[in-house]
Amino acid sequence: MCLAIPGKVIDLFEQRGLQMAKVQFGGIVREACLEYVPDTQIGNYVLVHVGFAISKVDEEEAARTYKLLEEMDQLTELSAPSVEEKPARKVG
Amino acid sequence: MKYLDEYRNGELARKVVGEIRRIQTRPWVIMEVCGGQTHSIVKHGLDYLLPESIELVHGPGCPVCVTPLEMIDKAHAIARRPEVIFCSFGDMLRVPGSEGDLLMLKSQGSDVRIVYSPLDCLKIARANPEKKIVFFAIGFETTAPANAMLVWRAREEGVKNVSILVSHVLVPPAIAAILQSPQNRVQGFLGPGHVCAIMGYSEYEPISARYKVPIAITGFEPLDLLEGTLMTVRQLEAGRAEVENQYARVLTRDGNRPAQKLVNSVFEVCDRKWRGIGSIPKSGYKLRYEFRDHDAERLFEVQEIDTKEPAICISGQILKGIKKPHDCPAFGTQCTPQRPLGATMVSAEGACAAYYAYGRHLKKEPMPAASGTAARSAV
Repeated sequence: MCLAIPGKVIDLFEQRGLQMAKVQFGGIVREACLEYVPDTQIGNYVLVHVGFAISKVDEEEAARTYKLLEEMDQLTELSAPSVEEKPARKVG
Repeated sequence: MKYLDEYRNGELARKVVGEIRRIQTRPWVIMEVCGGQTHSIVKHGLDYLLPESIELVHGPGCPVCVTPLEMIDKAHAIARRPEVIFCSFGDMLRVPGSEGDLLMLKSQGSDVRIVYSPLDCLKIARANPEKKIVFFAIGFETTAPANAMLVWRAREEGVKNVSILVSHVLVPPAIAAILQSPQNRVQGFLGPGHVCAIMGYSEYEPISARYKVPIAITGFEPLDLLEGTLMTVRQLEAGRAEVENQYARVLTRDGNRPAQKLVNSVFEVCDRKWRGIGSIPKSGYKLRYEFRDHDAERLFEVQEIDTKEPAICISGQILKGIKKPHDCPAFGTQCTPQRPLGATMVSAEGACAAYYAYGRHLKKEPMPAASGTAARSAV
């Protein structure tokens, strides 16, 4: 469970003062906290572990790693249920 | 799509294995530390691909595996309370305690929820002000920044009904404990890539120097693992002992500074017990005093729980690289992922569970290695 999953940042927003992003993993989009990789931009690829971006990676690395995790059946954390709250405020 | 195949490229893998074969003059025992690496090695049969006299042994880097049984029992005792919503990563739900698992408690009416991110607990806490939300904060250094952020934000936002049950462990003290063991066989390490993405690898340098062991911080793709093995064998053959970074495309020596800063603000280092291994000094995190109002162990005053592990289980020796799953008479018979007896079978990333998942329990002795046997009998 220490493996981080690479995804593409498709939107940035702020939630209760935290920098957040919508990150696309294959066909799934989930939220991730960007506080630990604060210079992330839309279009960047990030490694996400339990809802937190921990490092940026390039697109090739992201694609390769994602495929391996899929084969190793290590993507189950992405299917954990979402907890919805009031809509977040969009930045910019 | 060339890049997709680059790290599975059979030709490249053969070259790396060929180079290991070319430079290697004597048997070596190398431990991969991270459970994700173990899973990848067993899935791709990398240990079969290597020369027989390079033996890979599987380390303690599966956080689910090393969470002590009494901590799991504590979690269950808290989850049973009617005022509690107990939140956990999915991995912990099927791990048996002394009486059943979290899924069983859920079926009996306890409010047990899987969360994707620790931050989800804040949303659950705000939506359920009459309830106490407890998060099972397990993990290595990779997970600590996420769990630290939950507690930090709970305090900042004044969300008082959220707490965490901390069972955090650290990789470097476990490596040191393995090397200090009189039975130690490990001569080099493949260090944990994603742990070091957070922590960097400078803290491995004193260990490498003190115990004179090479450590290659390594990713978990097949070619990463073979390259990490080559880097380690090169050092061993040359009599060098340094920390090298095979996974430079993801991590630097410094790691993720913002993450380290928040972890250090929320947690402090403490002694921790590891399932199968026992207590290791300064090998985990606990909450700092200023966050005591979010410490589930304090808030719920769970009594010291007495547990007993089956005597037949050798997971402690497996986690230290002294033995392998096939050395255990219960492996694949009395002990299976459905009815695990100990640490290395309770999670898919444990060595026994990985061997089982890829059918290695079906063969008596799948290691092709005469040398593996020789190395074992030499201990």
